[in-house]
Formats: sequence, C-alpha cells, structure tokens
Amino acid sequence: MTVTTTGDLPGEVYDVAIIGAGVVGTAIARELARHRLRIALVEASDDVGNGTSKANTAIVHTGFDATPGTLEARLVREGYQRLTAYAAETGIPLEPLGALLVAWDAEQLAALPSLAEKAVRNGYDETSILDADAVYAREPHLGPGALGALEVPGESIICPWTTTLAYATQAVRAGVALHLNCPAGAVTTGEDHHEIATPRGVLRTRHLVNAAGLYSDEINRRLGHEEFTVTPRRGQLIVFDKFARGLVDHILLPVPTALGKGVLVAPTVYGNVMLGPTAEDLGDKTATGSSADGLASLREKGARIMPELLAEEVTAVYAGLRAATEHGDYQIHADPGRRYVAVGGIRSTGLTASMAIAAHVAELLTDCGLDPGPEREIEPVRMPTIGEAFPRPYQRADLIATDPAYGTVVCHCERVTRGEIRDALTATVPPGSLDGLRRRTRALGGRCQGFFCGAAVRAQFDAATAAQDRTEARR
Amino acid sequence: MTPTDRTHRTVDALVIGAGPAGLALAARLAAAGVDRVEVLDREQYAGGIPRHCHHTGFGLRDLRRLMTGPDYARHHIAAAIRAGAVLRTSVTATGWAAPRTVDITSPTGLERITATAVVLATGARERPRSARLVPGTRPAGVLTTGQLQQAVHLHHQHVGRRAVIVGAERVGYSAVATLHRAGAEVAAMVTDQPRHQTHPARHLGTRLRYGFPLVTDATVAELTGQGRLESVRLRHRDGRTADVACDTVVFTGDWIPDHELARSAGIALDPGTRGPAADAEFRTGEPGVFAVGNLLHPVETADIAALDGRLAAGPVLRHLAGRPWTPGALPVRVEAPLLWVSPNRIAPDGPRPPRGRFTLRTTRFLTRPVLTVAQDGRTLHRGRLPRTVAPGRPFHMPADWIARADAHGGPVRITAD
Repeated sequence: MTVTTTGDLPGEVYDVAIIGAGVVGTAIARELARHRLRIALVEASDDVGNGTSKANTAIVHTGFDATPGTLEARLVREGYQRLTAYAAETGIPLEPLGALLVAWDAEQLAALPSLAEKAVRNGYDETSILDADAVYAREPHLGPGALGALEVPGESIICPWTTTLAYATQAVRAGVALHLNCPAGAVTTGEDHHEIATPRGVLRTRHLVNAAGLYSDEINRRLGHEEFTVTPRRGQLIVFDKFARGLVDHILLPVPTALGKGVLVAPTVYGNVMLGPTAEDLGDKTATGSSADGLASLREKGARIMPELLAEEVTAVYAGLRAATEHGDYQIHADPGRRYVAVGGIRSTGLTASMAIAAHVAELLTDCGLDPGPEREIEPVRMPTIGEAFPRPYQRADLIATDPAYGTVVCHCERVTRGEIRDALTATVPPGSLDGLRRRTRALGGRCQGFFCGAAVRAQFDAATAAQDRTEARR
Repeated sequence: MTPTDRTHRTVDALVIGAGPAGLALAARLAAAGVDRVEVLDREQYAGGIPRHCHHTGFGLRDLRRLMTGPDYARHHIAAAIRAGAVLRTSVTATGWAAPRTVDITSPTGLERITATAVVLATGARERPRSARLVPGTRPAGVLTTGQLQQAVHLHHQHVGRRAVIVGAERVGYSAVATLHRAGAEVAAMVTDQPRHQTHPARHLGTRLRYGFPLVTDATVAELTGQGRLESVRLRHRDGRTADVACDTVVFTGDWIPDHELARSAGIALDPGTRGPAADAEFRTGEPGVFAVGNLLHPVETADIAALDGRLAAGPVLRHLAGRPWTPGALPVRVEAPLLWVSPNRIAPDGPRPPRGRFTLRTTRFLTRPVLTVAQDGRTLHRGRLPRTVAPGRPFHMPADWIARADAHGGPVRITAD
C-alpha cells in the first residue's frame, strides 16, 4: 500500500496517472484498480476530497431533473444505482429520505407536471404530485404558503467524505499509489509517455486522466485542448444544530427556475439540517469563504421555507466551489493520440455520478490504447460508521467490551470515541490535518466546535503524527 | 454479549456534571445521609471549567477565600468524595431511556441508571465563530476561550503568535492572561459595545500589565487566510473597516447552556437563558429532574454555581423524602434589551429565589435603569437600579414582589427603561 506525502516520486513509468483525488479522481482510481495496472493518483493538497468534493450538498440524485439525452443525465442515472449499492456494501452513510419540490406560487405549481414528465424521460417514473394538505402532512414545520409539491422518493442524503475516502482506501489497498502534496505542473507528451513536472519530481505515465476539478481547464490546455473553461460557482451553506433534525424529514428542494436550482433545506446523515447553497459565479478558484451577504440571503430564504429552523443554533458555515463551465453538460473528452482523457465540468451531480463517470473513463482509456488486461476481484472495504441512522461505536457494548477506547468519548457533541480517532489516524489513508480528521470521524464538527474537545483531539492527532514521523525517520 | 447489552442500576441521586455546582450538591447530599449519590462527568478529570482557569479569584463567595481554578476544583472534588459521593469520570450520559432513567457510555461499557432525583449540572459553553455567523474562510487558529485554556493549561500546546480577542467581558481578560502564558501577543481586544464590560480595576490591571489596544463599537466582519488565519477585518459602527493581521482569534463570552440532555428529555427551556426553565428550588418541568449551575444562568462565576449546588440540596432532600413535585409554574420573562432572568419560574406562595433575589443580564449598557415587573398589565414592582448595568455582568433585582403575582395569571414580564 502506497500513500506518500513528501519526498521524491518513484522513477517508474505508470500505466495510468490520474490528476486530482476528489470524488471523481478516486472513483476512477478505484475502477482501474480492478485490473492489474500500475496506477498513480496525484493530488495537489494534503488529503483526498479536499476541494470541491468536501463542500457540497451531500445529496444522491436520481437524475429526475437532468436535461434528457445529455451525458450527465445518463451518468447520474447509472451512478445513482452504482453508488447506492456501493454505499450498502461499504457502510457509507446513506439515507433514502426522498425529496419534495415545494411550489410556493402558481407558476411553480404549474411547472410540477412538466417536471414529472421530464423525470419519466430521464427514466424515473416514481414521482407524484402532492396537494398542499399532503405536503404539510409530510412536513408540518414547513412555512406557510406551500401550494403543492412534486415528491421524488429516490432522492437520498449521503456522507460525501466517506464516499471519497472509501474509493481512495479501496484503490490504495488494491495497489494504486496515492501521492499527496503533489501539484501537477507542466506536461510534456512524448511518443511513449507523458512527463508531468511536480515539486516532488517528474511523474511518468503512459496514459493520463485529468480529474483536476476547478483546475481541469488549465491541465487541459497544457495538453493542447480548449474545449471548456471552468468558472467557479460558489455555494455557501449553513448547517444547523442536531436539534433541528426533528423539524424536517425530506430533502426540500425548490422548483427550478431560469435562475438556477435555488436554495434547499435538507437533513444531513450526521443528524443536522443544511440550508443552501447560494450560487455565485466568481473569477477566483480559491474563494472558498462565506460572505455576510450570502449568509443573510440564505437566512432570508430559509425563513420562508422553514421559519422555526432559523431559531436553532448554527453549528457550521461553509462554502464550496462547483466546477461549472460554459457548457450544459459534463466535459469528458478522450484524445487517443495523446493517450489522454479530460474529465471536466463535473458539477454538483459529480458525487452521484462518480462511479458511472469512472466506468465511462475506463472505456475511453481502452479507446486510447490502454490494455487493461483481465478483471480481478478487489478486496471490499468497510468504512467507519459516522452517520446517525446506524449504530455508532459509543452505542455498542460488544465493541467496547473488546476495546475500552470505543467507550471513551472524546468529542462530546458528536460522541466520537478515542478508538475511532485512533483508527482514523492509522488508517490506509490517514488525515493530514485536524480538518481531515474531522471529515473522517466527525470529531470537532459538532455544536461546540472544539470548546470542550478541541485541545484533547489535537493532542491525540499530534501524538499520532509525531509517532508516524519517528517511524519514517527510522526508515 | 449482544451489541446493546446494558447493565441496569438504581441510585438515589444522580448528578450529571462534576463541575462546582454538581460537586457541591453531591457533597451536601452525601453529608446529609443520602445513601447512593453518584456524580458522572464525561471528561477524564472532574472539576469542570475551573480545571483550566489558572487565574485566581475562585472561591470567594462559597469558601470565603481566594484560590486558583485548579485548586478550587480539587477542593470540591475532595469534599464530595470525603462526604461519600461516588465520583465517576469518562462517563457520558447519552440519552434517556425513561423519565429519570439515563443511558450512559463509559470505557467499561453501557449502563442504564434510574434515580429518584436526577440533577443536571452540565454547565455552559461559548458560542463558536460559526454560531455567531462570522463570514470568511475557515482557517486554523480560530478558538473559543475554553479551547484556548485547555490547549495552554491542560495540554501545553502551541497557539499562535498574535491574537485578536473578540469580547471584552471578564472571560476575554482571562484569555489575555492565557495567551500571554502561551507566548502570544494580543493584537487587539474587540467589543461591539462602547466600552469594556469587566470591573474597571481588572481592565486597568490587565491593560497595564500586558498593554493591548481595546477597540470598541466594532464587530468582526470577516476572517481571511487559507490554511492558517492571516487577518481579521473589523467593522466600526460608522462603517469604516480595518484589517488586523493575526494568526489567532479567540471568540469569548456569548454563553449558551450545554442543554442537550435537558432538551432531549423534552424539558421546557427558558427563552432567555436557553437552559431549562427552573423555579426557586431548582425544579424543572420534569418530575424528579433538577437543574443547577451555569446550565441555568449562562454564565455566572464558579462560586455562584457552587452556591446553587449547596442551596439545591434542601429541595433535592425534600424530593427524596417524598414531597410531591409541584414546581412553581408561573413563567418570568424578560424583554429586550434584557437578555435573561434566573430563576424564571415562580410560585407566588413558594419560597424566594436563592439569596432572595433574581439575577439578570442585559445585552447593552443601561444607565441606572428602571425595572418594571408586570403581569397581565398590572405592575407588581417598579424600581430604579442604583448603578449602570453592563452586558456580560450580572445584576440583581429584589424578589419581594413574588407574593403579589397571580399564580393563575399570565407570564410575569420584566422590562427596563
């Protein structure tokens, strides 16, 4: 198993290198790992899923409202099936709550039948139209004025962090070399292989996959392609306290308008309630901050959807950037001459579509001359349970009996135990920061944001990091 | 063993939270001869917040002497154990199986404890940056005072070199001393109020000793920095903004009770304190469940919390002796700019609140305000306070009007003008 964070890259020539270890890049690595290939997954930051993938709305879409006939529509539909099955197999928290597209005016109400019909064209025929009484029967805390809704029972909530981590863990265990802190620079394409400059030396690979998210257009240009330009679209979100969870039991989506998908209210698998996102086109690919205007506008919209929600405490505020392009569809292009596949323009549906994108990319690589060889079984993974719908270690007498560390609660708000933090710190893909530890365990992610446990969690993280440094120094 | 096996026990009094309030109460109950008094704390060590408050000033009101926080915590731990209370740490109450029956998790497994009296003494915490909706990036170096004190005093961790402190109440001044101990300078202390809210002597002493700018009438508009905090943008009341370079920001004060257990039991909360609504005898709306300490008044000093614990011993003993559960049901509410009042349930024919007075807070400075207590349009009390009241500091109001309230009338309202 290879995960590197420092030092020179190995001199070998990989069969495939994937730039970008987000949810799409890790899914591709995992898919290709089902064949005996030498694969490198390189990532600019210190962790997997550390860009767009870590800050999305955490929803698995049925694809009911995609534009029929697009690549996105097909891959979302297929990805939904694949990811739902994979989540059950690996323990990724996923809850099929269903969505309600709530109509707040006559125009929105009139749009519901055509949305239902569009869903059918997308191969999804389980929607139904509810009248106002039926809507309030399902969601009694909804603000006044809802006229009806389209119910989409298949829409689900998921843990996006565990998903990326499961892909990466399984890929690394199956032999993929994951190189973190390894931003890709200039690309030189030769007859036989590409040479990619990185601060950690030259990465050599016969085939190249560009899954660099916000930076996929820049990498694409280095290969001589200009199909798309990424314009980051910022989405700010407010996460409310777990006590808000009782207020809402569906994903509450707005009826889409010309202005975009709009603001949703949805439970999270950790038992919180999320309000957002905003949609702001920006020029800066690092502008992941929230803004006073953005938060004020979310609160204004939230007050209409669910007034009681606003009275609850706020646990977290965050902002993510979607890799939007000037096109209405995913930008997945193969260049067989250069043994290159670009995977760009993967917007908010990328989490849902990730496994289908990976399968699609694997096919395109074959068209580019990659001989994957026979398929093999790869070792299944079982991920730690951090979703509230499933028993957590602090609730399990059997686990605590085998190891008291699972009965020692360190992060009180999220009830994360010493044993879970230890396991994350020694896992196949360990966190590079406290933020990464939070995404793996929920520690520090609760309502107190570290008031009670911040120093203790950091002490455990520092001790594990120091121990790893000592081990590496001995080597 | 199945995944959910729990041992089930019964005790007389179960106290949740081994801070000053819980420990002082447990000591009294055990000394009064209650057989099984058990105190649970989810932390590795008992003592509560004073464990990591290394400044002096603890114990004045309850012990009539001055101690540091850790010494004060040790005193109360020893007193509770000496009296015969059972003190257990690393034990987390995770929920309720039934009224007065608590599920707990500890390194030894899962338990279920039923008690004749359950006392919630779970304290309070500071609202973090996110709950205050401070915009910007999410860099490292953003703390509350609680986390800062634990990092420095309990874990000897490195904090940043240059810090901005948000809030100029008592606890902000504690943060100054802790940062100094950690080798960090204070770039500025910022308050949205026109002046600081601690005692003038404390303010002057801290300023003379550590020398830092106090920025008044300003709020934090934004945090910037990728990875590590780089600066905070301050917005003054007149709209001007200024960036202060720093690698650490400490959000102080703005307390909220840690009311998870209370709320998950369905116990009614007070809209002002956000802690359980409780009467002069620390009774909540749930039979057999009491609440004491900073869970009721976020936040008072540790010695006030300990005095709560002592005073609650009588009502708890009476409950254990079989007195019917008839808590004062008449709510006492405050209106803006007042923030909260404690206690906030009364029984007009019942006992006066602890020390014969109500404790209140305000959200802004009020110069010698006139307080009016009214019920259904009828004035029960009206009086001018002798001095200016400040946010973040307690002030008091006499309780001699409660007999004039109508037990069957509407809520009692306190206003200030």
